[in-house]
Amino acid sequence: MPMIEIKDVSKWYGTFQVLTDCTTNVEKGEVIVVCGPSGSGKSTLIKTVNALEPFQKGDILVDGIKVNDPKTNLPKLRARVGMVFQHFELFPHLTITQNLTLGQVKVLGRTFEEARTRGMKYLDRVGLISQKDKFPGQLSGGQQQRVAIARALSMDPICMLFDEPTSALDPEMINEVLDVMQGLAKEGMTMMVVTHEMGFANRVANRVIFMDRGSIVEDATKADFFGKPRSERAQQFLAKILHH
Amino acid sequence: MGGFDFNVIERSIGYLFREGMTFTLTLTGLAALGGIIFGTILAMMRLSSHKWLSLPATGYVNLMRSIPLLLVIFWFYFLVPYIGAWIVGAPTPIQVGAVASSVITFTMFEAAYYSEIMRAGIQSIARGQVWAGYALGLNYWQTMGKVVLPQAFRNMIPILLTQTIILFQDTSLVYVLSITDFLGAASKIAQRDGRLVEMYLFAALVYFIVSFTLSYVVKLLQQKIAIIR
Repeated sequence: MPMIEIKDVSKWYGTFQVLTDCTTNVEKGEVIVVCGPSGSGKSTLIKTVNALEPFQKGDILVDGIKVNDPKTNLPKLRARVGMVFQHFELFPHLTITQNLTLGQVKVLGRTFEEARTRGMKYLDRVGLISQKDKFPGQLSGGQQQRVAIARALSMDPICMLFDEPTSALDPEMINEVLDVMQGLAKEGMTMMVVTHEMGFANRVANRVIFMDRGSIVEDATKADFFGKPRSERAQQFLAKILHH
Repeated sequence: MGGFDFNVIERSIGYLFREGMTFTLTLTGLAALGGIIFGTILAMMRLSSHKWLSLPATGYVNLMRSIPLLLVIFWFYFLVPYIGAWIVGAPTPIQVGAVASSVITFTMFEAAYYSEIMRAGIQSIARGQVWAGYALGLNYWQTMGKVVLPQAFRNMIPILLTQTIILFQDTSLVYVLSITDFLGAASKIAQRDGRLVEMYLFAALVYFIVSFTLSYVVKLLQQKIAIIR
């Protein structure tokens, strides 16, 4: 059974179709990179996986649980799916420690001490233990994004979703975030990553999905995608972002 | 200035503040607290995607904002006893009393204004913050209570305080219910001693000092919040 199963998903904003019959799977331990031009529906697609974006047609199953079933306990499911956002979305009114413990205490029912211990473990892992008492606004973008990854990890997720995690970062901070993500991938974390970082895709991904105008145009292994993309649109896209 | 006797202020100052100002501040405090709580609930209802929640809240806010406060004070004073009797099924109107009636009135009325402020505050929080809350597994109430409202409230403190200054001045309207608030107390002394000009001048000065000081505090807060952001 795949970890994430996306079957014929379509979504409309009014009459405007943003996703058209998207179908793909993410196997356990697999890292897939979703890329494509802006406005192609990558971010929308990844947000449908933990039901942050509703969709009108199709099914999505995460670990065998149907996301779009009204009977599904969404908070419980979302707690098991880690998510990292383009703009970090740390809670600015809470300290780093409070950011790391909030979900663990409120959702998983851990005691504050347990939550703090676990949070500090992951904060240490992303190399920011010395920042634990600061507020998010006092950290750089790269540091905030690493804290956001630690926050997601401290919930012990079964898979991780990354929605353009480096797009809002200054160039010199991109690598510190990608390094953390690469480390996660090496440990066997199931990951779905929306990104324009083709170097990262080349190093880490098992498969690459290329989207254009709401559809999945190409769904290929890394070697196939970078070697000989079948669709003309993907070839153009690669030519544009790799030629410099 | 020979005709004026400003000693009347000195003679009555204890009464003015012990009786009058105490009531004015109590009413302002209770109505602000109740109004902000009820107003926040109204704001959440208005922002709900459920029509059966947003429509009544919208109607209530628009109604309250379209009627003069004085009229609402009258209304509540005369209507609440009957409504209370109807709710508990008592045969005669329930005596609520002028003080309780004024607290309820101001809470209900100000809630409409506070709700608009809180609505703007909630809407000022980026969508991503709500997503981040949900993505962690927090439910609606946890996301509201732990993520959205604390930030909305913090951002809106200056405007909430400004509205409270207006409330502080508006509480003087309770004179129509013959309650001894600060202005009521000043008025009583003024009539008793025939010193209208002196007392009303003094009352104006006190309202001015309190409101102006609070406005200054708002300004300082605004600067502080601007730095935090």
